[in-house]
Amino acid sequence: MLKFSVRRLLQLVPILLGLSILVFAWVHALPGGPAQALLGERATPARVEAVRHDYGLDRPIAVQYLSYMNKVVHFDFGQSITTQRSVTSEIRRRFPATIELTLAAMLFAIGVGIPLGFWSARRYLSWIDNTSMAGSLLGISIPVFFLAFILKYVFAVKLGWLPSVGRIDVTRDVRHPTGFYVLDAILTLDVGTLVDVLKHLVLPGIALGTIPLAIVTRITRAAVLEVENEDYVRTAEAKGLTAPVVNRRHILKNAMLPVATVIGLQTGLLLSGAVLTEIVFAWGGMGSFLEQAIFDRDFPVLQGGILFLAIVFVVVNLLVDLAYGLLDPRIRVR
Amino acid sequence: MSLAEAQAAELTLELEPDEAGGRWRQVLRRMARNPLAIVGAGLVLLFVLVALLAPVLAPYKPTVGDLSRIRPGYIPGPSAHHWLGLDQLGRDELSRILYGARYSLLIGVVSLAIGASVGIFVGATAGAFGGWVDNLLMRLMDIMLAIPGLLFAIAVAALLGRSLRSVMIAIAVVNVPIFARLLRASMLSQRESDYVLAARSLGVRRGRIVTQHILPNSMAPVIVQGTLALATAIIDAAGLAFLGLGSADPAVPEWGRMLAETQRFLQSSPQLAFFPGAAIVLSVLGFNLVGDALREALDPKLRR
Amino acid sequence: MSLLAVTDLTVTFGRGRGRSTLAVDGLSFSLDEGETVGIVGESGCGKSVTALAILGLLPRRRVTVDGSVVFDGRELLGASEAELRRVRGREIAMVFQDPMTSLNPVLTIGRQITEVLERHFGTNKTDARTEAVRLLQQVGIPDAARRVQEYPHQLSGGMRQRAMIAIALACQPKLLIADEPTTALDVTIQAQILELLRELVVESNTALVLITHDLGVVAGLCETVFVLYAGRLVEAAPRHDLFARARHPYTAGLLASVPRLDLPKGEPLHPIKGSPRDTIPWAEGCAFAPRCPREVPPCRTGPPPLGPAGDEWWHQVRCVNPVPVVSPTPSSTEPPS
Repeated sequence: MLKFSVRRLLQLVPILLGLSILVFAWVHALPGGPAQALLGERATPARVEAVRHDYGLDRPIAVQYLSYMNKVVHFDFGQSITTQRSVTSEIRRRFPATIELTLAAMLFAIGVGIPLGFWSARRYLSWIDNTSMAGSLLGISIPVFFLAFILKYVFAVKLGWLPSVGRIDVTRDVRHPTGFYVLDAILTLDVGTLVDVLKHLVLPGIALGTIPLAIVTRITRAAVLEVENEDYVRTAEAKGLTAPVVNRRHILKNAMLPVATVIGLQTGLLLSGAVLTEIVFAWGGMGSFLEQAIFDRDFPVLQGGILFLAIVFVVVNLLVDLAYGLLDPRIRVR
Repeated sequence: MSLAEAQAAELTLELEPDEAGGRWRQVLRRMARNPLAIVGAGLVLLFVLVALLAPVLAPYKPTVGDLSRIRPGYIPGPSAHHWLGLDQLGRDELSRILYGARYSLLIGVVSLAIGASVGIFVGATAGAFGGWVDNLLMRLMDIMLAIPGLLFAIAVAALLGRSLRSVMIAIAVVNVPIFARLLRASMLSQRESDYVLAARSLGVRRGRIVTQHILPNSMAPVIVQGTLALATAIIDAAGLAFLGLGSADPAVPEWGRMLAETQRFLQSSPQLAFFPGAAIVLSVLGFNLVGDALREALDPKLRR
Repeated sequence: MSLLAVTDLTVTFGRGRGRSTLAVDGLSFSLDEGETVGIVGESGCGKSVTALAILGLLPRRRVTVDGSVVFDGRELLGASEAELRRVRGREIAMVFQDPMTSLNPVLTIGRQITEVLERHFGTNKTDARTEAVRLLQQVGIPDAARRVQEYPHQLSGGMRQRAMIAIALACQPKLLIADEPTTALDVTIQAQILELLRELVVESNTALVLITHDLGVVAGLCETVFVLYAGRLVEAAPRHDLFARARHPYTAGLLASVPRLDLPKGEPLHPIKGSPRDTIPWAEGCAFAPRCPREVPPCRTGPPPLGPAGDEWWHQVRCVNPVPVVSPTPSSTEPPS
């Protein structure tokens, strides 16, 4: 198990290296430069040159890359051109929002998806199976931003049950020590805020979680269909074990192996790319932040932010691999 | 031709009793019995027909608008003259939706064709040659896959500027590693199968084995992935347009853009966002239904 | 009264669009407490299906089971699922053919034993653990205390099968059904496993139904042998009688087809002609008729009844033209001990 983990970690290095080069090259290939973005109309060649010099953009590329890598290793991504705050602090402020949203979405996807997938498989070809399969196909056919729009329209605008934008009611005066609003509300024992924050999480969570839900349902169903025909399930039945025990300990436990992988992958995807949902709900997470930075050509943010998200994605994938190793004794032991 | 080659050729004929023709006919027959596949095929057909015949079907020009009909807070909804009403610039919504199909189809098909071709080529090369070629190519693919899809597409589109072409290239690029991985995996598993072993033991040359045996048999998962990737391409294209990365021309009736522009009419005229959204859903659903039915028909285990 | 009495068991598999296959066709047999019985037949003759039908483990959809299976005075066919789950593992246990696929890969061997004890006896964790170790020792697994924490993939084929036997015998069932328990194992291991089964079964007076296609396995272990063909019983006899004086042409054919070391070199083999597909439905006549060297016209007019072979009432055969007894010694009318 240890060897397995170390090997996977080592494989990470060339990928991260390649990524950093890719991101760096990309940022420097972007048409227009930060100077243009900053100065806008007042951009004269002299001024542009001055800005470029200020940001060290007139040095040879290789030197720039090395200085960039040097800073990265020290977790210094520079300063945002637009907000003048350090990129690291911007990430620190916004990533928790993305994490919370991702967790909400995945909880929704897993909480509904696994039981639904399980029962669809057990009641193969019944109405529950057909409905959930048709539903999941529909789920992956709706663009996230359209679903977000529909949810907002129905539940926030028309019915008024839930808020339409943001993470929290802006009129509330609360502190956020950790940046995780749910956690903060719990820590300060503020029930009112907790309820408010949770209400804000519902619609975006459902919107973002619908595609993972559809995928989890399908994978669970496929896995259970495979497993329920295995010989060891027949053995479990022949032992006279009760149905819930057979379902849980023999069928589900084995079916969860591929499902866990998919869940991990989906989480990684959400963490690094919830852009569209964040925009529709004005969520203030990493995705929307980066998207804005692209338009502003805020290159320190881009260099640091995209690299950060890519690293998160890679690390989550690695964790998924390791977790699979832990879950499956055939890999874990000997 | 040596005796071994002759025997190998004979064996080739025997090994593929009803390969290309027969097998696909069987698959189509299985799909024909699946009601969802029929619905999906119908939707796809509708989508393609609309895209191709938009100029003929559309009652008005999609880019010409009559601003006099628009007043603050009021946009005419569906009526006898305009079945889906007008949009915020006085243009006929129905015509814009119909023309939008062209852009979606164009982007979807072109980007997929490029991405899949390049991907298949890379994957086939890696699978066929193995060794350091395989290693290098797959390492490159891994790096590309390390960046989550949408982010990658956004990055590429931003690099190339706001145009339809950059959206197509962005989606194509995102698809390359997916198809490369898929084809390589498929080839690898075929390589180990008995019929390949049989052919090799008879002395059939490696190149021949690859092109005549392995490649055709590796195509099935690729085709399934193709239909599903087309669906994803349309959604991603809409997503990119939503973010403002599509064509810079404000008149272009691209569905994703239409959704983005009408967000602010949520309260007053929600139907303006609903129509393009529904159009996307229906087209994508069609491809997903077909792709899913195809997958079930090709999988010997998933018998109904 | 017999422990298990199967009467007219019929299992039909629907194959869609009105077609169906009779896997088991009017099978009847019985066994007493502590008796070891072998069910012999080639692949597809319905022996495994019989075992699953007894325990009610056949799929619900498209499968019909008719007839009667009375175990310990209770009718099992048609019993509620709850009742069946009480019987399975506790009073009737089963050992399957392939121990690698028949064991849950993500649970330890110990867990797979203790869960049976917990289920039927409510044993607590610690006691169950101790018992599991003892059981593993009983089936001859060395270093049982360590093995109990291991996973199936860490054990060899023979050990896995021993573990399966341990699981089956954990609750001291009255009847053990072993479906081809040695087919997936090496020949040398086969002998060990069979020997193990024999010891355990004798020790605990458990009745054993051994299902196999291998006559050699049956010869060493079973008191009574039932020969199945095309889903129906064609011969039933005590072991010695069957091997010494097989009456049904099929049984005789099976015995004759086994290659022997004591015959001269160059002696041709004597397989049974035709293949299992050359058959007619029992309703129309004898299913073995197309392949039978002793076929006579009455064989095709209707199903031959099961009756005693000559004077030996303990030896039943379903044949209108059975193999004659070729023994110089006068046949005894006393059943063998």
